[in-house]
Amino acid sequence: MLPTSVVNLNHNGHYVHWGVVQISAANLAVIALMLVLFVVALLAPFPGRRKRP
Amino acid sequence: MSLAPSEPSWTGALRERVAGALPPEQLLPDRQPAYVRSWIYVFGVLTLAGLICAIASGAVLALEGAAWWHTSSVGHFVNSLHLWSVELFFFFMVIHLWGKFFMAAWRGKRALTWITGAVAFLGSIGTAFTGYLVQSNFDSQWISTQAKDGINATGAGAWFNVLNAGQMLLWHVVLLPLVISALVAVHIVLVRRRGVVPPFGAEEIPPERRVAP
Repeated sequence: MLPTSVVNLNHNGHYVHWGVVQISAANLAVIALMLVLFVVALLAPFPGRRKRP
Repeated sequence: MSLAPSEPSWTGALRERVAGALPPEQLLPDRQPAYVRSWIYVFGVLTLAGLICAIASGAVLALEGAAWWHTSSVGHFVNSLHLWSVELFFFFMVIHLWGKFFMAAWRGKRALTWITGAVAFLGSIGTAFTGYLVQSNFDSQWISTQAKDGINATGAGAWFNVLNAGQMLLWHVVLLPLVISALVAVHIVLVRRRGVVPPFGAEEIPPERRVAP
């Protein structure tokens, strides 16, 4: 017996409609996460002490 | 036996050219410019890690076969490992692309570095597409029948038949991985040769002035 999924996936996917644009909620969440990580990567300090170039 | 060439030869000329273009301290550097100390510079190597995991898990899937990845627990696990490696590969690659685009990473004779990365990105999309086609389940049947009209409308369907599972399998496990691996190898060598692109306003730091991590 295989373990069941943590999230119930036994239904149709959720989609967001915006005019001609149609995207799954999962893909939209991934894009949002990429944008967040991009901004964090630009702003978050890098660990370790700075050295002169 | 001397290493110096006794007479002109293509092997000696090639060796000297490679050694001149890629000295060891540039190919495997232990020092980088100070501006590399930023999280935005880690997404390239994260993309590479995703690619290595995808190729390794894909090799196991190819060895064991479709019945194994559909019916056994370990097969499901490796199948999921392959999927999530690819998800992370694309996730990190897109952030890497955004970072390099907004710092105009083609500056300083790095056009070929940019081009090989862009073509590898497009090739990766094709590799992922053929991967969906060779899952050997209803999903792959649905995707192939939905894709065939679009592919046929371009004229490519004559030699790239998405309904031909055997052909798609060979594109996915042989042809495209070879192309992607070669492009990524050239991309990395070019990054080593030209160095990491500096941010706007920062000067190019030659190898001898770079700092240890």
